[in-house]
Amino acid sequence: MKAAVLVFPGSNREGDVAQAIELVTGRRPQMVWHGDGDFEKTDLIVVPGGFSYGDYLRCGAMAAQSPVMAEVKRRAQQGVPVLAICNGFQIATEAGLLPGVLMRNAQLKFVCHDVHLKVETSQSLFTNRYQTGQVIRVPVAHAEGNYFADADTLKRLEDRGQVAFRYCAPDGTVDGSGNPNGSIDNIAGIFNEAKTVMGLMPHPENAVEPMFGGCDGRALFEGLVDALT
Amino acid sequence: MKARVHVTLKNGVLDPQGKAIGHSLNRLGFPEVGDVRQGKFIELELAETDKGRAKERLDEMCRKLLANTVIENYSIELVG
Repeated sequence: MKAAVLVFPGSNREGDVAQAIELVTGRRPQMVWHGDGDFEKTDLIVVPGGFSYGDYLRCGAMAAQSPVMAEVKRRAQQGVPVLAICNGFQIATEAGLLPGVLMRNAQLKFVCHDVHLKVETSQSLFTNRYQTGQVIRVPVAHAEGNYFADADTLKRLEDRGQVAFRYCAPDGTVDGSGNPNGSIDNIAGIFNEAKTVMGLMPHPENAVEPMFGGCDGRALFEGLVDALT
Repeated sequence: MKARVHVTLKNGVLDPQGKAIGHSLNRLGFPEVGDVRQGKFIELELAETDKGRAKERLDEMCRKLLANTVIENYSIELVG
């Protein structure tokens, strides 16, 4: 699996996700600067976490208009898989690759701790190594992760099985206790309609080695390798 | 010509920042303050003399970048 990781001014998790990919593929991904309108063809594009363009105006708003994102949109339309993590998720919604928006956390605080996620479906490139209903533990680190979409959009997401992960309690109960940011219906991650684009606020790339307190994120990358090699 | 753009959250979209501002004002001795909604104010200098054309272009700017119309409304005001 060949992967590209985008780098914007202010990205800060690009190294983490590159390392996670190298761990499962044995191959360093290509790092692509935001000003590059063209880059080598890859099997996967990753939009990493951070604070692209200093979060000016709205998180992800500037990055969504960058030359590299125009190319990512073109390739996503052709079906190239895109994994958008944290700030990457914000960029993907601003770019129109995914519906809805990530608003300021309901309690107005930056949250930085492990969360539990319920895997809503194993039927995707990104989640095929998990079981539907499985509970995994991965960290979050964000101030704007409060997912919101209007009622029609939410209904479409639910009807088409486009919710990938929901915040939950350690036992898998989906309620307010496991929700770190006020996201509507505890939504932590979603797919586009074709399930070739996934955006999520938590950081699976920071849960790939036992030394860092957990490995639950590793299966996401291994699943991608299975699907894309 | 100069333009002023106001970006505000749509009705029904929760505004925790507005709420926090309201609570602080109440605590500071302004009990008359009820609901507070906050937003953004953007002032732009335009190399354009035609008002109609300016408005059209500003509308496009708002839709493309300045506002996220999923959760935000915008209003445009031309000055001078």
